Amino acid sequence: MSSMSKFAYVGVLLACLIGTAWLEYFLRTKVYRRTIRLFLTVLPVALAFSIWDAYAIAQGHWKFDSRYVTGITTFANIPLDEILFFIVIPICSILSFEAVRSARNWQAGDEGKN
Amino acid sequence: MTYTQLTVFGVLSVVALDLYVFKTKILLRRVFWTSYSIVIFFQLVTNGILTGFGIVEYNGNAIIGSSTPSDSSPAFIGDGRLVFAPIEDLLFGFCLVVLTLTIWVWLGRIGVQREPMSGPPRQSVKRFLGSK
Repeated sequence: MSSMSKFAYVGVLLACLIGTAWLEYFLRTKVYRRTIRLFLTVLPVALAFSIWDAYAIAQGHWKFDSRYVTGITTFANIPLDEILFFIVIPICSILSFEAVRSARNWQAGDEGKN
Repeated sequence: MTYTQLTVFGVLSVVALDLYVFKTKILLRRVFWTSYSIVIFFQLVTNGILTGFGIVEYNGNAIIGSSTPSDSSPAFIGDGRLVFAPIEDLLFGFCLVVLTLTIWVWLGRIGVQREPMSGPPRQSVKRFLGSK
């Protein structure tokens, strides 16, 4: 178990990805299909929140239990797990947003008419 | 700055970005608030796991509540926490979601992969949802 527990954080993220994946098929969210737009959205968001994270870690606002993270650290002492969080959660948010829009047929302001 | 102060600053920033900078105004749309209410539910579940098991631990100097105890779970509710997580995390999550959707919608507005639009739901789901 101790060897598996370091995947606890990324396991939660994987559950988020699996838990939202069905929306792409059943509600035809077409989020993953719009790869460039998805990439251009996630990149600045992940960058901005990584800076916040770097500051928070440096200031000691929060820390990570080394038993539950992969142990791979990126720039400014940010665990890889956190970088993945800032990629996965935006993707899940967009999927939810597009799923509601698909289900209710509501406008979001990017339809290109009016 | 404390985490508390940063989240307040963050919320004001993303609201300004949505309403005045990008002028996407998703905060004025029910598609945002409906999807955000779904997201917030799952945020409480997943963040509850991350904070309840102490995968992420907080410093009491940076939040309204006290530090994550080293040998036990933080309060489930109370002491500035909701489902183990500092209430600041709700604002942090709000910032993350609003910034994401503002940029997503803005890119669509300027014509970056506006198509293919989402929907319609598959027939099986349509029947379940009762949507038009």
